[in-house]
Formats: sequence, structure tokens, C-alpha cells
Amino acid sequence: MELRINKNKAFDELTNWVFKLSSSISILVVVGIFIFLFKESLPFFKEMRPADLFLSAKWNPEGWSGEYYGILALVWGSLLVTVITLVISIPLGLMVAVFIAEIAPRNLKIFIKPVIELLAGIPSVVIGFFGLVFVGPLIAGIFHLANGLNALNGGLLLSIMVLPTIITLSEDAINGVPKDYREASFALGATKLETIFKVTLPAASSGILAAIMLGMGRAIGETMAVLMACGNAPALAKSIFDPVRTLTSTIAIEMGEVAYDTNHYYALFNLGLYLFLISFFINNIAEYFLKKGRRNA
Amino acid sequence: MHSIKPANIKENIVFALLYFSFFLVLVFLILIIGLTFYHSLGTLSWNFIFEPPLNGMKEGGIFPMIIGTLLVTFISAIFAIPLGIFSAIYLVEYAKDTYYTRLTRMAIRNLSAVPSIVYGLFGLAIFVKTMQFGTSMLSAGLTLGLLTLPTIISTSEEALKIVPKTYKEGAYALGATRWQALYKIILPVAFPGIMTGIILGLSRAIGETAPILFTGVAFYLPHLSLDIFQQFMALPYHLYIMSTQHHDIEGVRGIAYSTAAVLILIALMLNIIASVIRHRFRER
Repeated sequence: MELRINKNKAFDELTNWVFKLSSSISILVVVGIFIFLFKESLPFFKEMRPADLFLSAKWNPEGWSGEYYGILALVWGSLLVTVITLVISIPLGLMVAVFIAEIAPRNLKIFIKPVIELLAGIPSVVIGFFGLVFVGPLIAGIFHLANGLNALNGGLLLSIMVLPTIITLSEDAINGVPKDYREASFALGATKLETIFKVTLPAASSGILAAIMLGMGRAIGETMAVLMACGNAPALAKSIFDPVRTLTSTIAIEMGEVAYDTNHYYALFNLGLYLFLISFFINNIAEYFLKKGRRNA
Repeated sequence: MHSIKPANIKENIVFALLYFSFFLVLVFLILIIGLTFYHSLGTLSWNFIFEPPLNGMKEGGIFPMIIGTLLVTFISAIFAIPLGIFSAIYLVEYAKDTYYTRLTRMAIRNLSAVPSIVYGLFGLAIFVKTMQFGTSMLSAGLTLGLLTLPTIISTSEEALKIVPKTYKEGAYALGATRWQALYKIILPVAFPGIMTGIILGLSRAIGETAPILFTGVAFYLPHLSLDIFQQFMALPYHLYIMSTQHHDIEGVRGIAYSTAAVLILIALMLNIIASVIRHRFRER
């Protein structure tokens, strides 16, 4: 009996360590990603000046007249597509979240969650394909363009992809607002509409901001949809109808054909490093807002 | 009483807009699914699923891509599922609120926000180059496994948190060790929730393209490859090349639509399975 208890204890101790070791994988991976991106992007600056990367809009790594690694046009491309995405998905996502949380009838509610989840589950390459064969021709037709592969197309597709994030998290934030707030508002004679816009939404604003930040992070980091729908011209776009090339799609297009450990290879890892840092930054701002929201509730 | 009427009209308009916003999202979903299936009608068949691509990928089906995707997902599953569940168990059942656990949670949160293309770069740097697995099914599977990990950890955590504390206390009162309580009481109760997380995580891995682009996926292979140290063909990448890279893009539209339809079907199926499990779980 004594022996058995000891054996059990030893086994307990063992599992404890296995679990603890496993849990350290996440930290290892985050640190690993940072170190490897850094390691693979740093050699770029041995032969090239930082200005070659940061102060030019000309991206043409394997051109006739030399290598050009200016990332400004790519950053601008990512930014433009993200702004279009947010302009569409913030109002639409918020409206849907309010609809679900505040006014949807019960029998419709059961039906909504699977719809949003399924939308989130459609692979980005399928969304990109949809942009290529459907949204593109539609944009070209409406605005009389030669083709519809441009920033607007990417923004529309990304809106579809970002909506589930914004809707779900905003709905959580709205549901997190204590009932007393609404009841107090009604007691003061406010209508439902006034309560939603003047009481509930402001009270949920931290959580909503977090939702928007996380949606924005997804938009900047998304690859396949923008790769297939944006036209991929690495030049400064002047309007939403111009083709754009984003940071993500540049890596996707070029990394497959590049020779390892060349300037071009290092430059692409540089882009990856900045994407990682951006996502890290945005994600932690979102977390700050989430925590603030929880404290207030 | 005057003021009520204009307010009502305004309210009705706004509420109508809110209804409309939801139906707009519904329309997106129906359009994507409906158009894809409508245009795949002539091509999608059992033969399409069980045949290899033929005649310069202009005819035939997607069988090797389905096998490739299944195998690579299997690799990421055997890598990510135990690690993910163990992490979650540690965080929920064992760890106290220490600096280490807070750091771990922060890491998990940030991992889930890392762009998929960055996972691809990391996979290239660590699995392909440093560990010298080359561009292979193994490298791609491990890369996708890393991407799935945060989903599995957070959903498993949620599932474990829902188990009532009294169950655990009851087990301890009967003299069970920590492991016994976990294995016999807590895990069985949390199992459906954990399963849901695994299915949703793997469903995401199946559809991901960016992480496998330079870690192992191939444009075309003449033979079905089952070797984990060789390159492989995959469904999402096949859709990408059939719609943008093939030399006869208009000629292979049917194949592209059907590949997209199969990808949607897989996502649909896994989503339904996940919600059935979750639904059963809630009833108990």
C-alpha cells in the first residue's frame, strides 16, 4: 500500500512536469519566431543601407538595373486595403453585433451563430477566388474599369473575413454591459434606441475598440485573399481602383522563388519581421482595451 | 404624447437597418457558397474526387491533393493536439496566477494573432533550413501545427474551466490523486469542448495556404506522395494555382470552382460536426 501511494505520487509529479513543459511551448514559439525573423532579416543591412528599405517606394529586387527594396509602396498597399476594410466592416460589424445582442428574436438567434462561424471557417483562398471570379468583374462592370483586381476588391474581401471577429467580440462586449444600465435608462424614460446608442454602446466601447483592433490585425496579416484579388502592382496606388501589392502578398509571391540567404531573401524576412511586430503591437493594444472593459463592467 | 411618434419612426428605421445588416452578411455567405456550387455543377463528381489530375492538370480530379491535405493535417494534429491539451491542463488545473502563467497566456494570445504568412517564414527558417527537414510534408505539417496550437489551447482551456469545481473536490475527498481526478473526472467532462476546439483548429489548418507555400507544397507531382520527407500537393494551394497560375486559366475554371466547392464542403462538414458535439454537450 505504501509503495502504491508513492508510485501514484511519483506519477503525479511526472505528469505535472509534462504539463508544465508543454505549456512553455507557446512562449518558446513566440520568442523563436522573433529570433528567427530577426536573424534572417538582419544580414540585409550588411550590404544595403536601412534607407534602401525604409525611404523608397521602389520595390524591384531582381530588376535589370539593380536591386530595389523600398517598402513604402507595399506599406501603403497594406494600409490602403486595411483602411477600406475597416471603413466597411466597422459600421457593418457593429450593426450586426447590436442586432444580435439587442433586437434579434430568439428563434433567429439560434440561426445566427452558425452563420457567423461558417463565414469565419471559409478558407481565405476560397474568399480570394470569390474576389477573382465574382467581385472583380462586378467592380469592373460598375465602375467601367479594365479589370476589378484592385485595392477596393481586397478591402471588400477582407471585410467579409474580418466581420466574424468584429461581430463576435463586439457582441461579447455588448452582452457584458450590466442589465442595470439598460434598466436605469428605461426608467429615466429613454427609448430602446436611445438606450442602445447612448448607454449600452458607450459602456461597451472598450470591448468594441478591442474587437476593431483585432479585426485590423487580421486585415493587415491576411495573405491569400489580397494576393488573389488586389492585382499586385508594387507601385504607389493613387486611388482605391488602382492595383496594390501588400506586405503579405509580396512575401507570398517572391519567397517561393528566391535563393536562400540572398539580399532578396533577407529583405522578405524583414517584411515578415515588421508584420510580426505590427501584429504584436496591435494585439496588445486590443488586450489593454479588453482588460479595461472587464474592469469597468 | 406628441414626441413618441417621430421617435418611433426613427426607431423603426434604425431597427430595419440593423435587420438589413444581418441579412447582408447572410447574403455574402449564401453568395459565396451558392455561386461556387452552381459553377462547379459540370465538374464536381465522384470521379473528380477520386481521380488524379490529368493532361497537364486540364482534366481529371484532385485525389492526390485531398490525400496530401489529409496527411499534412494529420501531422499537425499529432503535433499540436497533445501539446495544446497539456498546456491547457497546466494553465487551468495546475498553475497558479504567477508571472510565468501570465507570460504564457500573453504568448498564446499573441500567437493567435501572428499572420499566417509569418508562420510560413518561421517554418521555413526553423523546420526547412535549421532542422533540415527540407521543403516537405513534415515541415509544412509542423508549421500548420504551430498555427493550430493557440486555437486548441484556448478552446481546451474554456472546456476545462466549465467543469464544476465540486467534481474535482469530490474526487479528492475520495482520495484520488491530482492525476486520477484529472483523468477520471475532469477530462471526460471537458472532452466534448476539447473535441470542438480540435476540430475547429484543424479545420482552419486544412484551409490555410500561406504557411505551406514555402515549407513543402508542390505545384504538381506526377505520383501520389506519401513520404513525409517529400513535397506534397494540397487542396488550398491547388485552388490558388488553378485560379491564378495555370497556363489555361479560363479552361480550368471548372476545376477551380470544384476545388473551392470541396474546400467549402470540408469546412461546412467540420463546422456541423463541431456544433453537433457542442449542442450535445450543452444538453447534458
